[in-house]
Amino acid sequence: MAEVKNNKRRSFLQLSTISLGAIGTAGFIWPFLKSMNPAEDTLALGSTEVNIADIEEGQGITVKWRGKPVFIRKRTQKEISEAKAVKLEDLKDPAIDDDRVKKDEWLVLVGICTHLGCVPLGQKITDMKGEYNGWYCPCHGSHYDSSGRIRKGPAPTNLAVPPYSFINDTTIKIG
Amino acid sequence: MSGPAEPKKYKNPVLNWIEFRLPIISYFEREYGDYPMPKNCNYFWSFGALATIILVVMIVSGIFLAMNYTPHTDMAFASVERIMRDVNYGWLLRYIHSNGAAFFFIVIYIHILRGMYYGSYKYPRELNWILGVFIYLLMMATSFLGYTLPWGQMSYWGATVITNLFSAIPIIGEGLKTWLLGDYTVGNATLNRFFALHYVLPFVIFGVVALHVAAVHVHGSNNPAGIDIKSKGDTVTFFPYMLFKDALAVCAFGVLISAVIFFGPNLMAEVDNYIPADPLVTPAHIVPNWYLAPFYAILRAVPDKLGGVLLMFGAIAILFFLPWLDRSKVRSCNYRPMYKWFMMLFFVNFFILGYVGLKPAEGLYLLIARLGLIYYFGFFLIITPFINWIEKPKTLPASISDIYLGMNK
Amino acid sequence: MKIFILFSLLFFYTSNLFAAESSTKSLPQHEWSFEGITGTFDRGALQRGYQVYSEVCSGCHSMKLLYYRDLIDIGFSEDQVKAIASEFTVIDGPNDEGEMFERDARPADRFVSPYLNDNEARANNNGAYPPDLSVITKAKKDGANYIYNLLLGYKDPPADMEVGEGMYYNIYMEGNQIAMPQPIYDESVDYADGTNNSAEQIAEDLVVFLTWAAEPELEVRKNLGIKVILFFIVLGFIIFLAKNRLWREVH
Repeated sequence: MAEVKNNKRRSFLQLSTISLGAIGTAGFIWPFLKSMNPAEDTLALGSTEVNIADIEEGQGITVKWRGKPVFIRKRTQKEISEAKAVKLEDLKDPAIDDDRVKKDEWLVLVGICTHLGCVPLGQKITDMKGEYNGWYCPCHGSHYDSSGRIRKGPAPTNLAVPPYSFINDTTIKIG
Repeated sequence: MSGPAEPKKYKNPVLNWIEFRLPIISYFEREYGDYPMPKNCNYFWSFGALATIILVVMIVSGIFLAMNYTPHTDMAFASVERIMRDVNYGWLLRYIHSNGAAFFFIVIYIHILRGMYYGSYKYPRELNWILGVFIYLLMMATSFLGYTLPWGQMSYWGATVITNLFSAIPIIGEGLKTWLLGDYTVGNATLNRFFALHYVLPFVIFGVVALHVAAVHVHGSNNPAGIDIKSKGDTVTFFPYMLFKDALAVCAFGVLISAVIFFGPNLMAEVDNYIPADPLVTPAHIVPNWYLAPFYAILRAVPDKLGGVLLMFGAIAILFFLPWLDRSKVRSCNYRPMYKWFMMLFFVNFFILGYVGLKPAEGLYLLIARLGLIYYFGFFLIITPFINWIEKPKTLPASISDIYLGMNK
Repeated sequence: MKIFILFSLLFFYTSNLFAAESSTKSLPQHEWSFEGITGTFDRGALQRGYQVYSEVCSGCHSMKLLYYRDLIDIGFSEDQVKAIASEFTVIDGPNDEGEMFERDARPADRFVSPYLNDNEARANNNGAYPPDLSVITKAKKDGANYIYNLLLGYKDPPADMEVGEGMYYNIYMEGNQIAMPQPIYDESVDYADGTNNSAEQIAEDLVVFLTWAAEPELEVRKNLGIKVILFFIVLGFIIFLAKNRLWREVH
């Protein structure tokens, strides 16, 4: 009888040792994994201010924000009406144009294809703009429209809109 | 080879599948499960396991530090401080790594002293001892290289002084030094190669440690009585007996090292290393890391540059020959009434050498260093080979189990 | 054997620590809130210390490793930090025209240095380089006490001593001559919170700030340390019980 009790206590002690040891190991690994997240100086570089006074209608510029390309495009009236005319049923990732812009003529997008991270073409006048007159990703053939929404190809979602605000009519602050 | 043995069968089909193709399961079972340890081993036998764990922790923390470190003379200092300030838990990684190095040496010194006191270097474990000395040498090189990386004043001037040792070698010395540095002085090329070597050497150490462990498992561990295992009754299996004992040692060690990491992380650091390296200004006192100080004391005790360098390297090289310098058949100092005291004096002497190595080389300190130097070599070259002319060892117990019989009576 | 080795290790270890201390001229020890295993920084002292640094020290001494955003840690709000940063000018660029331009500093910028480079710093200070203060308390033995005593250690030189040109007598400086004129006097800084502005108080606040600057992780570190050590003790105790039970039948 005593022998059985003894063994039970022993296995209980060994079990608690092993579980506590496992918790300890996990706790030890945690800071190491955490150290791979962006450091504070990286996180602090939040915002970029961009002068948009010189951008002409129908043209766009590419600026860098947090190491990523951001497309700022002054849309033509035709592009705006095209973007607004699209029916939600035709969209893979439904979103209305009004929700994607702050002022109709200015479209601000993170220029990274939502498929596998290439930078789509369409910024330069000579670039291919794809079948929907927006952007076209050369890596795997995704087509975006003039609101940056995915229309055709493997990309699952629309081009992202970064947080931004107009400081005045000619300056926007991204981030 | 006598062809593959009949593979062991396991209930778990996955284990069985692996075992049939690579008998690694039974290997671990044999070497770390059923492996017989003498049951009279004391806690000094936990320091090997402790050292292995620290090595792994050092490698892991080092890899994560390397992810954020920049090996460039203009940026190294700032990148280390960035790790301390901006990287998530970066201060913890760095303090683990810097204090871990010091504790690694403490543990290794105890491990070496245990091997010396209980005669673990003797037949049939000579090769094991030699591999151990190699590990120790590699550790010293790695720690020196690593100390350069933060690019503070001590980093820079430590690297300068140590690499200048090579210039003492006649004829090729200067050329060798320049080749090591890749520059006329310690510079960016030096920092880059030191970083590369500091990254790779620990993996070499790990490999030699694997050989070191494999070698000790061939004839089994030594024990405080220094006698061979006679029967199964003399031993316990590694799992669970030694594992739990080692785990307790790890916890005790964890308390100690945590106390330093969290409450005095710079106690063992040199303050001058928080001043960025300046090739035009030498700090008033250049001292090596304390764990290399005994050899530094030997270096400075000799008035001749080349002689000092030779004796310093000789002090390490002589360790390789210890198994053949010692002629006694009795392993453990517990049964050697005279050698035991010389051995203890050797330990004390080593500490004293370390102490004076951190002091300015002048006056009384220099005298002590010279006496220490004489005893260091006298111990290996005179006392160890010739003491059994006059020493009469005590009677050894017939077996390990007999020790406990005697105790219970 | 065991006791012997432990004793010698202890001796070696402590002698090493004593060695570190004994080589500084025995500094009078001030009582600091950040010492001890539960030590913390006093936010009020930190903010006053920053005020002292910016009004007294920053004219000559840089703190290149700090960012304005770090000041959020010592209790300033984000808007306050933005306001502090915007008082400084940094050189940024090149802009779209390829030219460097000046702009107000942002929280993400490093503390602006008083001099463009080390050579200018030397040239403006009779060849003596005012050291960067980012990690100064870690870069001196017993750093906090050293700085505190040094700041208050300006005395009249003894009659038989000749103080060099452009040098000042200080009893805690190595060689007793320092190139920095006495920076802190009674009432040399006005505290908005009405704290007594004696020279001792000003020096203390500054040292608290400098210690934080050198070891911003100190509070988190000590807090985590207590937990880690407690964990090892609990785990060790359970292992101790398990191990004893296991080994009981062996001997």
